[in-house]
Amino acid sequence: MSDEVPDTAPDTATSPAPGPAVPTPPRAVGRHEGHQHAPARQGGLLPGLIKGLATTARTLVTPSHTTEYPDAKPALPPRSRGVIALTEENCTSCMLCARECPDWCIYIDSHKETIPATTEGGRDRQRNVLDRFAIDFSLCMYCGICIEVCPFDALHWSPEFEYAETDIRDLLHEKDRLGEWMQTVPPPPALDPGSAAPAEIAAADKPKRVVPERTAARTAARPAARPGPAVGAAAADGDGPDA
Amino acid sequence: MSALEVVVRALVTLVGFLVLPLIVGQTEHKVMAHMQGRLGPMYAGGFHGWAQLVADGVKFVQKEDVTPAAADRWVFRLAPAVALIPYLVAICVIPLGPHVVGAQVDAGALFVVAVAGVGILGTLMAGWASANKYSLLGAMRSAAQLLSYELPIVLSVASVALAAGTLSLGGIVGQWSPWWLLWQLPGAVCFLTAALAELQRPPFDMPVADSEIVFGAYTEYTGLRFAFFLLAEYAGIVVMSLFFTVLFLGGWRGPFADQLGVVWTLLKGLLVAVVIIWFRVAWPRMREDQLQRLAWVWLVPIALFQVALTGVGVVVRR
Repeated sequence: MSDEVPDTAPDTATSPAPGPAVPTPPRAVGRHEGHQHAPARQGGLLPGLIKGLATTARTLVTPSHTTEYPDAKPALPPRSRGVIALTEENCTSCMLCARECPDWCIYIDSHKETIPATTEGGRDRQRNVLDRFAIDFSLCMYCGICIEVCPFDALHWSPEFEYAETDIRDLLHEKDRLGEWMQTVPPPPALDPGSAAPAEIAAADKPKRVVPERTAARTAARPAARPGPAVGAAAADGDGPDA
Repeated sequence: MSALEVVVRALVTLVGFLVLPLIVGQTEHKVMAHMQGRLGPMYAGGFHGWAQLVADGVKFVQKEDVTPAAADRWVFRLAPAVALIPYLVAICVIPLGPHVVGAQVDAGALFVVAVAGVGILGTLMAGWASANKYSLLGAMRSAAQLLSYELPIVLSVASVALAAGTLSLGGIVGQWSPWWLLWQLPGAVCFLTAALAELQRPPFDMPVADSEIVFGAYTEYTGLRFAFFLLAEYAGIVVMSLFFTVLFLGGWRGPFADQLGVVWTLLKGLLVAVVIIWFRVAWPRMREDQLQRLAWVWLVPIALFQVALTGVGVVVRR
């Protein structure tokens, strides 16, 4: 601090004077560093200290930025990653989330259940029944990969974050607890103006494809003789008039 | 002076000695927080965290009092007291009003300077006895700092004493007149800077530079003994602020000085303390060599110049 005084003092004394008078040499030098450092050094020792005092004094009289958290809840952005919620009905126990999880913190147990055939002579069906779905939030790194890979929208981000525990083992949330978080999941944010319609709505809004009378009749007339080519031919036939 | 009066004076001084540093500490908490865009303590005690330092004290009392195995036990344990008590002694003789003073001492200015210099001994003892390289380094830095900055303090105090024609603190305030603010300005700046250095307050906190030597001489201390060192730091701020007020700002002089004299002294002292806190927030720590350079190249010559200026002023006035 103090040993800069001899260095800066002549600087401050001389630099403003020749600056305007001989503009070119300083500019050539200053292209690299001189100009960058010039404002900081211009004032010398004392103004820098005073600037520091002024800054702190100004901050003193401006309201502080602190949000007093437990008293005032934070205004979280809509896509905050607080906790992962589970819609159990959507889960097919496909294990994609568990396998993609980088931390291996998702535990899924399921068993297969046979559904008897609904029609006479039909085939019995099997489906997965979810026995256990648990996320260990002491391991989770909140990457959200499980939510992204879930093909059936069974997992969702909830902004809720106040689930600290005194025992680390209590951070293992079983499926009932994960299901409770669903109530805190906000509705998806509205789309930006002018953006493309979501896939589901686009599909629903598409005008129903009109199958011409003649093709329909022909398809019906030849039930199962040559299914593949017949349909193909029908489609090819139908395309002509449609277009 | 009756025995009862002695007891009352001692008790009042002790209470002041224990309360004023807490007020300064709390002020530092809040002022520093707001200067950094924070709120500071808000919960302890209910209203804006007024009891934070009391809570801290309770916490310190509960902590284990560790003495390192290799430490020089008695020196180690005695050090906090040696650091703290000189400021108690100093605060006894600093007058808050014409008659409000712990003990009347004729050469009060000299006494305060002498006693405040003893406080650093506690830091030296702590550093030496801790059997810790960081402690030792911190203590050495403290010693070097004391050696460098005691001189500007003594010179600026001498200047004021010269101007007032007395070493008595009450007498100095009596002689004080507002134009001293200008006349003694270089000395005041010197004194404040050197006082900061002697208190090891930023920007002169090299002896406790946490990024280099952990916490200097206080590294090995825990619990109540550590709290005593902290208390000594804030008591030091109180002593230096009040001393500065009495020497350079006219102590209890002000409107309605007869009734509000003590209030004026305390108010001015608090203002100085806030300035000391302000410096801490605004300025970075100096390097050890810069610190020595500032003392010998700038402060000592300025203080000497101030003494000369005062001498000329005194001669011209007579």
